[in-house]
Amino acid sequence: MAKLKNQEALEELRKQLQIKRQKEKRKVISLCAGSGCGAYGTAKVHAALMDELEKQGLKNEVLVKLTGCHGFCEKGPIMVIHPEGIFYPQVKEEKIADIVEKTIKKGEVVEALTFKDPSTKKRIVHEQDIPFYKLQHRVIFGNNGMIEPTRIEDYIAVGGYSALSKALFDLSPEEIIRQVKKSGLRGRGGGGFPTGIKWETCRRHDGDRYIICNADEGDPGAYMDRSLLEGNPHSVLEGMIIGAFAVGSHEGYVYVRHEYPLAVKNLVIAIQSAEELGLLGKNILGSGFDFDVKISRGGGAFVCGESTALMASLEGKPGRPRAKYVHTVAKGFRQNPSNLNNVETWANVPVIINQGPDWYASIGTEGSKGTKIFSLVGKVVNTGLVEVPMGTPLRSIIYDIGGGIPKKRKFKAVQTGGPSGGCIPEAFLDLRVDFDELTKVGSMMGSGGMIVMDQDTCMVDVARYFLDFLNGESCGQCTPCREGIKQMLDVLTDICEGRGKEGDIELLEELGSMIQKFSLCGLGTSAPNPVLTTILYFRDEYEAHIRDKKCPAGVCKPLFHYEVDEKACTGCHVCAAKCPQEAITGDKKKVHQLDQGKCVKCGICYDACKFDAIVVR
Amino acid sequence: MTKVLEIDWKMIEAIINNYGANPEALLMIMQDISEIYHYVPPEVVPVLAKRLGVRESLVYGVATFYKTISLEPRGKYIIQVCTGTACHVRGSGKILEALEEKLGVEEGGTTNDYLFTLEAVRCIGCCASGPVMTVNKETHGGLDRSSVLQIIDGYKKAAS
Repeated sequence: MAKLKNQEALEELRKQLQIKRQKEKRKVISLCAGSGCGAYGTAKVHAALMDELEKQGLKNEVLVKLTGCHGFCEKGPIMVIHPEGIFYPQVKEEKIADIVEKTIKKGEVVEALTFKDPSTKKRIVHEQDIPFYKLQHRVIFGNNGMIEPTRIEDYIAVGGYSALSKALFDLSPEEIIRQVKKSGLRGRGGGGFPTGIKWETCRRHDGDRYIICNADEGDPGAYMDRSLLEGNPHSVLEGMIIGAFAVGSHEGYVYVRHEYPLAVKNLVIAIQSAEELGLLGKNILGSGFDFDVKISRGGGAFVCGESTALMASLEGKPGRPRAKYVHTVAKGFRQNPSNLNNVETWANVPVIINQGPDWYASIGTEGSKGTKIFSLVGKVVNTGLVEVPMGTPLRSIIYDIGGGIPKKRKFKAVQTGGPSGGCIPEAFLDLRVDFDELTKVGSMMGSGGMIVMDQDTCMVDVARYFLDFLNGESCGQCTPCREGIKQMLDVLTDICEGRGKEGDIELLEELGSMIQKFSLCGLGTSAPNPVLTTILYFRDEYEAHIRDKKCPAGVCKPLFHYEVDEKACTGCHVCAAKCPQEAITGDKKKVHQLDQGKCVKCGICYDACKFDAIVVR
Repeated sequence: MTKVLEIDWKMIEAIINNYGANPEALLMIMQDISEIYHYVPPEVVPVLAKRLGVRESLVYGVATFYKTISLEPRGKYIIQVCTGTACHVRGSGKILEALEEKLGVEEGGTTNDYLFTLEAVRCIGCCASGPVMTVNKETHGGLDRSSVLQIIDGYKKAAS
């Protein structure tokens, strides 16, 4: 495609693309090729679909789009047929012929393949009617299902790069900063720092200013940045270019995890096609403004999410943080003023410019504006990415959108904020989720991970898990973090393995408070949070481990055993058939026996029993 | 059994040149070398230092700081079991255990025939499909103890 030389050329291209779309009137099959659906086999489904369309001679009548993440990852691979919006979850290769024959050829809905609402047991045909989607407010994520991330035309057709054009020609850098400040946008990577103020401060410092996108999404359990980069990379790029114009920068970097190959691939394509169209590079849209973006692949270090560590890594060094007496907006990458924002923050920028700061600020709460994408995962029926206005109650996210806890188990806690966050108990389910409310209960927003835990999750084990994670990720520079975390982990491991003693809880609290106060960077100062919040809200579980040598959730192996509940056992023999140790015996329709000597506590019988007859003691 | 390796120095040179011998690209250069050999052969370290104009200690520093880089030989198939929080609460520990038993190696180990290396990694961002693992670039989701063993058998068959 030829370079777009001015604002009008972009609008002309958009018009043509839209007219072409309307004229075609083709059916569009949108098949999710995000990483979640990919893990469930999108590639095979896609191959089968293309074969079948070829066979039926429909190849030119249907447009198949391999899109980014639709969000409802639990039900992958997901297929949506437009214009009707017919939604087929968990599509299998062998059902493709049926879908093509009935839905594509005859326009009929294959009832058996539609979504079945787990709570009402009713079939729902259209994507927009499914509670998981209906209750969301998808400002940032909504276009993912409509566009093919490798085709810049798709993004332009839905209004892409119009915010950039407005920013370059109708607004001054100062006015853009004023609007971003007024919108109330706060950093989505975890810190929650006001974006506009960051930009303003960076602009005030002289030097070769840099724009950096933090895509080193390290919080385990959070993957919205991955899905945005994979599914809609241009929205992130557009935000970065607007930011560069506002801050006065001509060079930008995306620091993205090497573990996200599809995100890297789609981003490379996006940058190339934006350059070809003159939306990146020299003299963008004929405005005289120059901006280049390069990609740097991170190497799997959690601490590189910290701004100074990330910039050290960009310079080709080990990613160790430094003390922030001088902020990175003054001296960062290559000792120059550097403005770092997270993927989701950048994707919010075009929306603010297009819709205006007042519209944006009308969504959300007093101190937290706009929407937030949460990754709702763990022990919840509908796992996936959920975008809701700031201030949405936890209960609504977990129960109305998430569909509650599977297998009739009981909710125990929700973990937010990754390894720096905390575990929130049932008593706070009505909490309205925003930056400030989460901090009040001892947790934090982080990048938006929301891991739901049920009665089978041991909170001491969860605390130990996070400390183990952080012990491996501590860069080792400062003693409180390097040694303190190690000592806390040792105490927790003792508790989980039955060697806990009186005074351990107090020791953990003391160590935790020391690490919080004296560590060098954010990794250390927030590291004790998962331990301290679980002690605060689930002290009885710690006490059960230490005093009674029991793990009530049945996770810490030395502290529990499985038994057959004689009253509940129906003698169905399912558990015995599945036991790899042959530890369960018994005649059909009679109460079974479990041989403790043979049992390795793998939990297969516990998961397999439909009558809750295998119990944790 | 030790692994004897012929290093294709032309290829290494091409990778370095691809990044304009920019020292800031050190990590990415090592990642690209790992794509070919599954690890960074230690013989490459002094060459990298010289070509990029940095100290050998920095090359070692970077190689040992980042988890995606290994200076030890790894298997043809690198199995990475996700132990992120979402996978953890859905039982990734049991998946790892099953693989350790099946392959006869501990986490971080490589089988004697250099076919498999078993690693535990932090979150690969497929949280809704957990427990998840990747084998080289293929992702497998919704795992349980039995499906994971079948998957390994599939790779064994493909290799033989």
